[in-house]
Amino acid sequence: MKLDLLSTLNAERAARRAAVLVTDVEGGGQRLVREAEIAGDPMADVLRERLRLGRSGMVEADGRRLFLTVQVPPVRLVVVGAVHVSQAMIPMARALDLDVTIVDPRTAFATPERFPGVPLFAEWPDEVLPRLGLDRYTAFAALTHDPKIDDPALAAALRSECFYVGALGSRKTHAKRVARLAAAGFDEGAIARIRAPIGLSIGAVSPAEIALSILGEIVAALRLGPAGAQAEA
Amino acid sequence: MLATDDEILRQAEAWKRGGRNVAIATVVETWGSAPRPVGSHLVIDGEGNFLGSVSGGCVEGAVVTEALDVIESAKPRILEFGVADETAWQVGLSCGGRIKVYVEPLE
Repeated sequence: MKLDLLSTLNAERAARRAAVLVTDVEGGGQRLVREAEIAGDPMADVLRERLRLGRSGMVEADGRRLFLTVQVPPVRLVVVGAVHVSQAMIPMARALDLDVTIVDPRTAFATPERFPGVPLFAEWPDEVLPRLGLDRYTAFAALTHDPKIDDPALAAALRSECFYVGALGSRKTHAKRVARLAAAGFDEGAIARIRAPIGLSIGAVSPAEIALSILGEIVAALRLGPAGAQAEA
Repeated sequence: MLATDDEILRQAEAWKRGGRNVAIATVVETWGSAPRPVGSHLVIDGEGNFLGSVSGGCVEGAVVTEALDVIESAKPRILEFGVADETAWQVGLSCGGRIKVYVEPLE
């Protein structure tokens, strides 16, 4: 591999942009296709499918055996609510290689003592979230249970490309939330992106179990795609 | 601490810029139960220092040895490990899987 190719690959990852390295393992040729360049590439369909799955692998093209190194940005989890469930989620999310960020304007909750070593924003979500840039490699969960905080956060998440949007609360709570979001101008399709009640149905009781069910649902959305995750639910 | 693929490739770049010779090994195919997924990296410098893994410990030693040859010859090669392979009987995958590893010099 040429050093400048590796540099570009590393720079793309640091900028949270996907890229695919195409290596002719028999002939030795190599090229890098950035996410933005895929549409114009002769292998566009294959590259797009690989990117969606986030999976590296061998393919055949024009009688050549090519290895595709698929690089997608580290998956990020933005949680609104510095609550007990979020605390339980931190070590599990780390084990899953998710970069977690916590947002909660209530300064009594959002303390480094409660969340050591975690990026923490004691600010209103509608101010922080656009700044964080929720991209398609970001999962979002609203866990405060307080509409004053969760609603503007969900509004920001629904306007973003993030691959998962979940909100804590019972069916009844969610029905009221749906009405408020509809009144705020979100259409049915947008509101349907919200996974609520949040988490896989595993009968979770304790904060750790709820954290597990949420993370399970996030992994399903990541690996199966939104349609797959809905079907599994 | 476990090194993620991010850190591994950043380290490879840093090593090269620091003047070391570097080879990158990548798992390109697996059959049966293989301990590390396709796309996993191991990076090796000219002194035999390495970071990452291609098999969870079973064949790293052999990959490092081959990587030193790759650095020397500046030519990529493909290695195969598995129970069907005679050399793999010595440095093989105890899980019974088979893996193909592409080793290339960083130029």
